[in-house]
Amino acid sequence: MQELLRRYGVGLTAAFIGLTAFWLLILVILPNVTLFESSFRPYLPVVDVGGPLDTYSLNNYMKVFGVPVDVSVLWMTFQVPVHIKIFFGTIYYSTLVTVITFLLAYPLAYYLAKVVSPKSLPTLFLLLFVPLWVSEILRSFAWFIILAFKGPLNALLLNIGLIDAPVRWISGYNSVIVGLVYTYVLFMVFPLYNAIQSLDTNQIEAAEDLGAPWWRIHQRVILPHAKPGIASGSVMVFMLCAGSLLVPTLLGSTSAQWFTQTIQQWMLEALDWNTGAAYAFMLLILCTVFVSVVMRIFRVKLSDIAK
Amino acid sequence: MSAGIELENVVCDFGNFRAVDNVNVNIQPGEFFSFLGPSGCGKTTILRMISGFNEPTKGVIRIGGKDMRGQRPNQRPTALIFQNLALFPLMPIWENISFGLEVRGVDKATRRKRAEELLALVDLPDAADKMVSQLSGGQKQRVAIARALAVEPAVMLLDEPLSALDLKLRQHMRAELRAIQKRTGVTFIYITHDQGEALAMSDRVGVMSQGRLQQVANPRDIYNNPVNGFVASFVGENNILTGSVQNAADGMASFATPIGTFRARLVDGANGKPVKLYIRPEHVTLSEIPGKENSVPVTISDVAFEGNFIAVQAQTENGTTLVAELRNDGAATVPATGSKLHMTFDAQRSALLPDAVGGRG
Repeated sequence: MQELLRRYGVGLTAAFIGLTAFWLLILVILPNVTLFESSFRPYLPVVDVGGPLDTYSLNNYMKVFGVPVDVSVLWMTFQVPVHIKIFFGTIYYSTLVTVITFLLAYPLAYYLAKVVSPKSLPTLFLLLFVPLWVSEILRSFAWFIILAFKGPLNALLLNIGLIDAPVRWISGYNSVIVGLVYTYVLFMVFPLYNAIQSLDTNQIEAAEDLGAPWWRIHQRVILPHAKPGIASGSVMVFMLCAGSLLVPTLLGSTSAQWFTQTIQQWMLEALDWNTGAAYAFMLLILCTVFVSVVMRIFRVKLSDIAK
Repeated sequence: MSAGIELENVVCDFGNFRAVDNVNVNIQPGEFFSFLGPSGCGKTTILRMISGFNEPTKGVIRIGGKDMRGQRPNQRPTALIFQNLALFPLMPIWENISFGLEVRGVDKATRRKRAEELLALVDLPDAADKMVSQLSGGQKQRVAIARALAVEPAVMLLDEPLSALDLKLRQHMRAELRAIQKRTGVTFIYITHDQGEALAMSDRVGVMSQGRLQQVANPRDIYNNPVNGFVASFVGENNILTGSVQNAADGMASFATPIGTFRARLVDGANGKPVKLYIRPEHVTLSEIPGKENSVPVTISDVAFEGNFIAVQAQTENGTTLVAELRNDGAATVPATGSKLHMTFDAQRSALLPDAVGGRG
């Protein structure tokens, strides 16, 4: 603070602090506090807002426990409230997408960081970035076309004789998984690339020189070193997936509901912002808890991710 | 256990750049052999070819008589100690040391026992459960040696492992390395640009320049009988004079220089090639009266008292600077700056040497 004043004078220092405070207080904290507060209030006709009916309660949060449906896991069948089912589906498929992106991104990141010659690296990075120049909506829609029942993918597979009849790709969560993996795989590639790239190549060579086969080198030297990168990539991909609205809306089949879609239905279709806000906070808090638990299990510290 | 290494007409090209040019050398089992040369001379490339990280473009490398072509580093009986040691920072010391055994499927108890034995061998008994970051430079050095020894290699390859240490520790580790080599009997191939290190530790030294092996000999011969100007000036100091050879006979010749004509040894194979006169500063004497031969009048221009020796700079009449190193035996007289003396050197110990063997191409 003293340093800032001495360097830039009173005017500029006030401007810096003012702008940061505006961003933080008005654009981040205030909307969240407003939403949080309204999530405890009932959805009322305008005339009743602020009246005797407008009291704080957990009723909005309790709505997730309504409307039970049948859920079969293996050979057992449960009665589970529909919104809870959607919530766990969202968590489950987000985790699945995170694992798939890791399996795709790790070999790619290793290749970019340690195998490819530095001369061709910029070209490869450019090729990775090119899809990002197209908006997310268009990319998801492109997958909708590719995966369509009479779309190019089925045509191609039929032509080369890999399948006999067209496959309905857009069913269940399949197409959502494809779309989410495609949209967020780079968020896994870059943290992994950074982590692997910072590993001293001599360590890989030392392991090989000591007689380790390639998979041992990955298991004992490269993966442990890349752990913070894996953690930050996974957290990013998981949170983005769980919070994604576009991809599930465009690519979801009739049987695939994403929790964000439920929030959107409360907010925009039921016009019940209060319940929508409650659902949004539930998603935020439970995802945070889930991520913290997973980080605890894999012994990753928050400070590792910040690196 | 230990194996010999043969390099036969070994060439290594990187694109258009010839890093190693036709190297032939035969390293005996159990020998401590050093490759000595300036950075970029190709010595590290040789090491990487022996360990299997690079393949020679041409030529054959044999370890224990077996052709190593196509063998990956994890299939060769070599262990490489990297310049930066490349210890695994996320494993405790004992896992570092037993990593080579772990990948060979040795059980945990045996590995732990072996790691502790090796730690005792390198004189670091209580470090098994420490992490790499808790050790000092010299201790890390020992761990790297123990890790390499754990796989019981036939050949140890060391890539300037002492260069990161401070002077005192470096000198201590020299003796240590030498002792470990004697104790284990493993063939050591040592890469260095430090001539003192190479001379003090090795059975034989190979001096390299521009991808070529210039001379292979024991340390005494490298220093006393260098075969060319590169070896002479890379290993030790010299007064170098240019001139022309006159009436060479019986390995001796007269050499006419701008500051006089001197007699000196003409090495074999230097006949007909352009040569220069190399005189070691410590082979020079300064006196009031001129010597019988090879004497030149000089004016002392600078004197530096270094402790164990006195470095004297002197100028001849035409302004050429010559250097003398006088041993300080406790009673040596330090010549005064500006005094006029005669500098004399022995014909047998002065050599007429050609330049280095072949450049790159």
